[in-house]
Parts: sequence; structure tokens; C-alpha cells
Amino acid sequence: MSDKLLTELFLNEEAEVIAITGGRMVRTRLRSLGIIEGQKIRKISKVGLGGPVIVLINRAQLAIGFGMARRVVVRTK
Amino acid sequence: MSKEKISSETTSGRTSHIKSDILLVGHPNVGKSVLFSRITGIHTIASNYPGTTIGYTAGQIRFGKQYYDVVDAPGTYSLEPIDEAARITVDLIDEAVRIINVVDATHLERHLPMTIELLAQDKPIVIALNMSDEARHKGIEIDVKKLSQRLGVSVVPTVARTGVGIKDLIQKVFSLEIREPKIEKNETTHPGHHPHIPHHNKSQTAKNHEHLSEKDIWTKVGNIVEEAQTLHHHHHTFGERLEDLSVHPVFGGLTALVVLALSFSFIRTIGEFLISGEIGIFGQSWIKLPFGIEPLFNVAWKPLMMKLSTLLGPGNFLHSLLIGTLVEGRIDFMQSFGLLTSGLFIPLGAVLPYIFSFYLVLSLLEDTGYLPRLAVFMDNIMHKIGLHGYAIIPTLLGLGCNVPGIIATRILETRRQRFITATLISISVPCAALQAMIIGLVGSRGAWPVALIYGILFISWIIIGIILRFTTRGFKPELLIEIPPYRMPSFQALFSKLWMRIYGFLKEALPIVIAAIFVVDILYHLNLFKYVASFTAPVVTRLWGLPEDTIVPLLVGILRKDVAVGMFAPLALTTKQLITGSVILTMFFPCIATFVIMFRELKLKDGLKAIGIMLFSVLIIGTAVNFLLPG
Repeated sequence: MSDKLLTELFLNEEAEVIAITGGRMVRTRLRSLGIIEGQKIRKISKVGLGGPVIVLINRAQLAIGFGMARRVVVRTK
Repeated sequence: MSKEKISSETTSGRTSHIKSDILLVGHPNVGKSVLFSRITGIHTIASNYPGTTIGYTAGQIRFGKQYYDVVDAPGTYSLEPIDEAARITVDLIDEAVRIINVVDATHLERHLPMTIELLAQDKPIVIALNMSDEARHKGIEIDVKKLSQRLGVSVVPTVARTGVGIKDLIQKVFSLEIREPKIEKNETTHPGHHPHIPHHNKSQTAKNHEHLSEKDIWTKVGNIVEEAQTLHHHHHTFGERLEDLSVHPVFGGLTALVVLALSFSFIRTIGEFLISGEIGIFGQSWIKLPFGIEPLFNVAWKPLMMKLSTLLGPGNFLHSLLIGTLVEGRIDFMQSFGLLTSGLFIPLGAVLPYIFSFYLVLSLLEDTGYLPRLAVFMDNIMHKIGLHGYAIIPTLLGLGCNVPGIIATRILETRRQRFITATLISISVPCAALQAMIIGLVGSRGAWPVALIYGILFISWIIIGIILRFTTRGFKPELLIEIPPYRMPSFQALFSKLWMRIYGFLKEALPIVIAAIFVVDILYHLNLFKYVASFTAPVVTRLWGLPEDTIVPLLVGILRKDVAVGMFAPLALTTKQLITGSVILTMFFPCIATFVIMFRELKLKDGLKAIGIMLFSVLIIGTAVNFLLPG
């Protein structure tokens, strides 16, 4: 078990969201797309050089900008 | 028949209170617009990416003997007013009699939280469980009865694309019990927070969501989904494999390049084929069919016009107005510039084929769902100019026509992003009509001058963007989008959308083209251009290296840029002058329609700023091209 940022997750690694750091705006935007504490998440792709991270949650693909993905803390098994 | 009206008051932050008998509410990209078209019979632009409906659309439905107002709200992920779409939706809900909550059957767990927020609004609601066919294909089985029971409202499975379930939905909506408007209304609270009004439905589960916390809502949704949804194993489909490929760290980027390259070649090939009946690559034709708008004009229209020409007698005013000037004793549709010659040929012969091919390809990209994926791979580049990947969508729309492109900047979160995107579109994104004329005229000098024009415009776009990034202030949000699954476009919907856009071009552009040519002919006749030419000459001739005659087309560019490029034709310009001229014409003053929209969207202060930036850019870049380009 280890905690890391969503950006640090390996490709195809599965994790659980444990915290979202950041203001109300960021939290609300992430929450509205289903990224909340306790949610299982899998990183399926990323664009290099600080590009977006692509995750799979509840069978939906989401693209999250790098800066925002850094605000998502996840825990791997 | 009902009339379509689209809100123009959405950027100001205040929605005029629009009452509706039926309001469609739901997340972005769940098919609200398609459902709206099904219910009202009004054709709307629907695509497979979040944010297609900007502002809202209103229409009517006839039920029994009465007409009812139907409003399609912009897609929003929550009723918390953090963005424009949510604020508008909250206002619309306040004024709505009944609500249809459109929910994506394939992602119940993400859509139900807002449903629960909606249920707390004390409005009669029916839920449309849309894309129920897609859910079935993906092995998602939903127990509609149970879902309806748990939520305490009717749930109707629908497939808006094909019309399945729409009748049932309408029946259910009209059988909702409408209560008298509530007497008690707390002025200070938000419409989302009326805690003490019991829900219209007697069900146990539908009550008292008001005091539920964020976490409670998600737990509750989790429970409902667990009860009402069963997931069956299903094999990876071909579409899903493509989905994986197009977001792959390596192949995704390659896919983006291939898609863009293919799109541009398709647009050109189809456009040229429609014009001339030829299929081939720049200059080389592989196949030539007895087909095309140009041959049609030459065979069917030219002889008639020649007869009219002899009848009128060259040299008189009516002749120069209707037929224009003869080139070596003959009519040249690109150069004569009469109302009945170039006035018809430029919009119908040279531009329309490209409008068709551009929007055909764009609609395919929109409806399959590729655009959000492109946005992901453009994110890095767009960050360099102070934007994020999603700004590529308005920019691509701007390549068709700057007007819808600038309107579409509303899908971006902040005023700063909208300002940068709209300013860049108006300065360095040529519309399809302009591109068609540039390809037609400059392309005759070879492929490289055309490529050079695109290259210069692209570099200007980046440079001006970088400057704007560092000179404008404001919050810079990050990209956050849902990537929709690939969908097979419905060809009926695709062609209906294509037709709306082509009809839009014919209706908006044709009269202005004719008017522009009319004005040019009158001004030439009265010899008024000489006056303007004399005081703008220093810039045009010395800095830009263009002959004085080009001042006229540059001015006409304010009316229509395609007509303006056409006016370069008889001027015997060198290839270098054609390149400089085309770049300047693209950047210099937006056409009148774009101008109006820019001020509407950006408001006076930012609009003036954008115009200032544009004048400065065209002066610098025009001069740079002139002095740096050899020959």
C-alpha cells in the first residue's frame, strides 16, 4: 500500500482516490465527473511532457489536465 | 411549425428568465439536443462531444389541442453554479413547469447524483434513460422498475437517436401532476435550497434529499445502482480497441496526426472533385469525370451570359454591373466581377463545394466522438498559448466559419480563455470560404505558396498566442473532460446537420457576396477608390510590397473575404505578392459578420482590445513576410 499522486501512478495501475487537495472549484469540477474519495480509478494513458492523464472510472474515460491530476491523491494496493 | 431561437444573453451571466412547460436537463453529451429535436421537430446541431448546446434552445410541442414550450438546457454536471452552463440551468429550472432529466444509461452512477439534486427541486420530473441500446450492447442491464421505485419518479428507457421510447416519454411527462405555484418563496436562497417543501411524489425514497451531504448522495447513488444495475461480461469490441489506440501514449499522438492529415486531404479532394470533376493531388489529376460545378457554369451559363453581354454592349454601366469586364473578349468567372458572373460563381462555384466538404468531414469528426481525443493531444500545445486542449474545438469550427467558432468559445471556462481563443480565431484562422479561394487562386501557382500561407498563419497563431498568454491576466483552468465512446454517426442526423450548415451559408453569405460585388462595381464606377488608395498607399506599397490596386480588395475583405481574394485575380500579382496579400487579407479586419459576433461575445472593451491586437499583428506580420520572403 502506498500513497501517491495520480500523475505518479503507473500505466494500468489501479488505485483508490483518498484525497483531493485544492479549492472548492477544483473539487466541484472533479466531483461532478465522479472523482471522489473512495472511488476506484485506473490510469489508462498519459500524454508526455506534462500533458493530460487519462483514467478509467466506472467504465468511463476521463482526461484530466496534468495540473489538476496532481491534486488527486490515490492509494495503491 | 415552431421557430428556433437561441439565447444571446448567456455570456453576461444573467439569463433572461425563460419559462418552459418542459425543460430538458442533464449532463453534457447525453443526447439532450437529439431528444429535443425528436420532441419538437426542430433540427438542432448535435455532436458527440460535451458542450454542443451553448446557451439554450427553445421550441414547442403540440399535445392535445395545446402548444407547450420546450427548452433544451445546456449540459451541466451539477446544479452547483460553478460555471455558466450550471448557472443558466439553475435559472431555467426555476422557471420550468415540468422537467425531463436525461440520463446516460451506460453511466448511471455518474448521472444519478444530479438526478438526486434535481429531485430536491420540488418540480414534477420524468427521467429519460437515454442510450439504453448502447447500455445493452455494453452488457449493462438496468431494472427500470426498481430504479423508478427507488427514485420515486417515472423512468423511461429511450434511444433518442432512433426515436425509441419518445412517445412513452411524452405521455409520462404530460401525465405528471402539476401543482399550483408555491406561495412560500425564500428570496435569499438559491432555487436548489428549498428544504421544507415536500416532494410531489408520495414515495418514501424521494423525500428529504435536501439535507443529504455530498458523501450521502454518492453513497445513496451507489446503493441504488447496486440494486438496479447488473453488469454482464462482454468482449472488447472493435470500437473499444480503437478507443484504446486513440488515447495510447504513443499511438494516440500518431492517430491525431493521421486524422488531421486525412481530414485536410479529404476536404481538398472532395472540394476539388465537386468543382472540377478531377481527383488527384495538387496539379496532377488521376481521374477526370465529366462532372463539376465549373464545367456546368462554362457549358450552361457562359453562353447565355455572352449573349447578354452582346445585347447590353460592353462599356456601359449596366454591362459592367451585371457582366463585369471581359477578359480578352470573354467572360472569366473569377475575374469579370459582374453580379451575374463572378457574383454567382464565387459563392456557388468556388466556395460552396469547400463548404460542403469541410462540414462533411467536420461533422464526421464531431459525431464519431474523435474531437475530445484530439483535444487531449493538443493540450500541451494549447497550454503554451494560455489555453487548454478543449480550445481546439472552437478553433476547428473557426476553420469553417469564424462566426460559429467564436460563439463556441463559450464552452471554455473563463473569460480569459474565451478572449484568447476568439482573438486568435479572428486573426489567424481562415474560414472555409477564404481557404477555398486561396486554394483556387494561389494553388494555380503551385502547392508550396499555399503551404507557405498556412505555415505563416500557423506560426502567427502560435506567436500571438504566446504573447497573449503572458499579457493577459486571469485564472487558467486545466483540461477536464469526459471522453465519449466512439459512435457510428447516424447518417440521417449527419446530413441534416450538414444541410443546416450549408443552408446557413447560402442564407447568410450569398446576399453579402452579391452586395459586396454591387458596392465594388458602384465604387469603381464613381472612381472613389483612388481617394482611399492615396492615403493608405505608404503602408500597402512600402511596408507590404503590394501594388496600390490591392487596397480595394483589402477593403472589400471587410464585407466578404472570399470576394476579396477573387479581386486579386485580375491584378497580375507576383507569387510573393499573392502570398503576402492572402496572409494580410486573412489577418486584416474580420469580415462584418465576425466583427459583430466578436463584440457580442467579448463585449466592447475586450472587442476593441482584440481589434487593436489584430491591427498591430497585421502591420508587423505583413511587413515581416514582405521583407523576409525572397523573390
